[in-house]
Amino acid sequence: MNYFPDEVIEHVFGFITSHKERNAVSLVCKSWYKIERMSRQRVFIGNCYAISPEGVIARFPELKSLTLKGKPHFADFNLVPHDWGGILYPWIEAFAKSRVGLEELRLKRMVVSDESLELLSKSFVNFKALVLVSCEGFSTDGLAAVAANCRFLRELDLQENEVEDHRGHWISRFPESCTSLVSLNLACLKGEINLSALERLVARSPNLKSLRLSRAVPLDALQKILMRAPQLVDLGTGSFVHDPASDAYNKLKATILKCKSIKSLSGFLEVAPRCLSAIHPICHNLTSLNLSYAPGIHGNDLIKLIQHCRKLERLWILDCIGDKGLGIVASTCKELQELRVFPSDPYGVGNAAVTEEGLVAISAGCPKLHSLLYFCQQMTNAALITVAKNCSNFTRFRLCILDPIRPDPVTMQPLDEGFGAIVQSCKRLRRLSLSGLLTDRVFLYIGMYAEQLEMLSIAFAGDSDKGMLYVLNGCKKLRKLEIRDSPFGDTALLMDVGKYETMRSLWMSSCEVTLGGCKTLAKNRPMLNVEIINEDDQIDFSSDDRQKVGKMYLYRTLVGPRKDAPEFVWTL
Amino acid sequence: MSPPLLGVEEEGQSIDSSAASSLLDDSKNKLNLKATELRLGLPGSQSPERDPELSLLSSGKLDEKPLFPLLPLKDGICATSQKKNVVSGNKRGFSDTMDRFSEVKSSVYTEKNWMFHTAGPDSESPQSVAQGKFPGNSGMNVKLSSRPSGTQQAIMKEMAPNAVPEQPRATNGTCHNQAAASNNNSNAPAAKAQVVGWPPIRSFRKNTLATTSKNNDEVDGKPGPGALFVKVSMDGAPYLRKVDLRTYSNYGELSSALEKMFSCFTIGKLFRLSQCSANPVNVDPMGLLGREKLSESKLKDLLHGSEYVLTYEDKDSDWMLVGDVPWE
Repeated sequence: MNYFPDEVIEHVFGFITSHKERNAVSLVCKSWYKIERMSRQRVFIGNCYAISPEGVIARFPELKSLTLKGKPHFADFNLVPHDWGGILYPWIEAFAKSRVGLEELRLKRMVVSDESLELLSKSFVNFKALVLVSCEGFSTDGLAAVAANCRFLRELDLQENEVEDHRGHWISRFPESCTSLVSLNLACLKGEINLSALERLVARSPNLKSLRLSRAVPLDALQKILMRAPQLVDLGTGSFVHDPASDAYNKLKATILKCKSIKSLSGFLEVAPRCLSAIHPICHNLTSLNLSYAPGIHGNDLIKLIQHCRKLERLWILDCIGDKGLGIVASTCKELQELRVFPSDPYGVGNAAVTEEGLVAISAGCPKLHSLLYFCQQMTNAALITVAKNCSNFTRFRLCILDPIRPDPVTMQPLDEGFGAIVQSCKRLRRLSLSGLLTDRVFLYIGMYAEQLEMLSIAFAGDSDKGMLYVLNGCKKLRKLEIRDSPFGDTALLMDVGKYETMRSLWMSSCEVTLGGCKTLAKNRPMLNVEIINEDDQIDFSSDDRQKVGKMYLYRTLVGPRKDAPEFVWTL
Repeated sequence: MSPPLLGVEEEGQSIDSSAASSLLDDSKNKLNLKATELRLGLPGSQSPERDPELSLLSSGKLDEKPLFPLLPLKDGICATSQKKNVVSGNKRGFSDTMDRFSEVKSSVYTEKNWMFHTAGPDSESPQSVAQGKFPGNSGMNVKLSSRPSGTQQAIMKEMAPNAVPEQPRATNGTCHNQAAASNNNSNAPAAKAQVVGWPPIRSFRKNTLATTSKNNDEVDGKPGPGALFVKVSMDGAPYLRKVDLRTYSNYGELSSALEKMFSCFTIGKLFRLSQCSANPVNVDPMGLLGREKLSESKLKDLLHGSEYVLTYEDKDSDWMLVGDVPWE
């Protein structure tokens, strides 16, 4: 390959898009490293503290698209204090200063201020796509700046963010000349929206393919909007409540019939079940359906809907569907690849929760299933073994039994054998979340069989350090390990300190790890940031090293301890 | 590690009605002790060794630790815990919680619609817990309602679905959590101990669902989402039942379901079925919503050859024969 001019190699590299592959390519030799880095346009940074913005710019000066992730995953579940970090602004500042030609920014679990959005909107002329997932710290003022200044905006995708809503006039800030929108997702906004401005925006966006509305958009406004955008491929409704006998509702039904391209449906943030029949006509085209934010729909109505959805590939639903409903899914949705069943009543006694029966039915009926998130009341080893036999394609398997240490209710045994069957059968498993009563044995199985495992989430499991050791020794491709409330301590933590530099991060909370153990690790491994989250001054830093550490988060980094750590975060 | 496992098994067994008695007895003994001890607790004290997210316990609970050093400190598992015993150590938060529990105690029910007359703290019996099949948490509910328990270093935060949004950030300690709990006690409590960050659902989703269910109540103009449970009692039966009207699509189904439910008691007897209503405004995890106040009625039981008629008492307190009004 050294006989080819660089331009040819660069051209070849253009066909290599996956980050992993590009990383691999850059390791071959110096000249490939150089060619690759000068031509890389999409950069993925899984931990914003692993590298500095200047470092990224220095290595990839031509970057156009940046993906950044901030807080650890368990921040989603209130385990990470509010101002832990993950702040966007320094990145925007650095990129603006170096005149990076940023066009796309995708963020997850980061703190995004209005100032950073404003700076973003003014610094990058060709900015096209902003995707914010589970972020916080901004308001509709920041969105207004993006709307007003990003003249070629194609994508504004807000997923599950905490947005301070200063009312809906920011939509009016899209100039009349803005006609480039392809994707607009406002589902997470809570406040009112200027409906006529929204309608006009949709009307002048002929390329709009994906539109997800917020709760503030009522059914009659939806109808008007759909009239303007019959070409939509992905629709998220807002409020789907109306008197089924009314004109407005009938008009909507007629309009929906015209939307023949809709393949993905979501929303229903408020829904009157009687109105659901309006969408039956488009169900046969749907490949993706998300009803997980619509708790008002009873199992029977869900079943009526799903019976029309033969092409479904992705289904996100609440456990109101019940085992019976999942049976219907299994017999109807033969193309199903991804299923997520969320609890409608996480803390009470669900009135139509799902059990192992539903999962077994799905595994038997849906041969293409590979991604699962399943909240249920109970699970048995027998069921998991059956699921493993039926379905060996799982790449993501996340099981959450609502009672976190529940054994197999039939045999009263831990669920070690069940999960063991899953990891043994599913050779391509990359992500696994465990729950239920589990001993060290399950980790023995995971270490032995889960060769492709990249992310493992453990809660209330295991008996001793051996459990964690099995995993650390066995799972060669492990990148992210997060553990809570499990009896793993310093012995496990310190057995193989080099391992953590092959991983992105390790989270341990409410385990048996001590301050001394963490200090030892930090001293031994300068390429790791070992952070202790010390809330309420629980830990007295100067004294007893034998104190147990409440929350520890460690990650590999090229840039040493971060400078924006709040006072309750200690980097050892 | 036996104490946490004890707690675990205790729970599991109470749920599964199998061979639980001995462990339950042990726990009961422990509970008795605890009940006494905890009343002496001091306010505001916090465990020096536990993680904040596990210390959602009231201070009274925390004081338990020096007295019961064998108890596992690391165990943050939801356990059967009734907040009753921790009231003394606390400020307002848990007292409010406690009141809620006393109200709920007599109407605790589970997914399978069993209802127990749990009159007082001693009414708990393994038998009652053991009846029927319970989903994981319900067994715990029953147990909870009848007995204060404090075996584990359990998280004792009451959660109603609406409580979730205010679920305290892990930074804040006990008091904050209690405040949050009290703030959210306007809804029927779930009667279950909670752990921070469990189940692992994104806060955004929890908040949204909570708001959505509340809105659905208002928006729909009729009883909101979820089940519409009515209490059904039978003369002479040791316990009542609950039925979810939403699972039936006509009177015939309701009638046969009730027949089946009460078949063990029916023969030759005259039944009186009572139904109750609940405040339609509150979001209730069991979906107890109903504008009409229903009370006494009789069951028509053709199978057993006795004459029963299903009646209800409407909001005007008139006795109405079931069947005239369309099922919707």
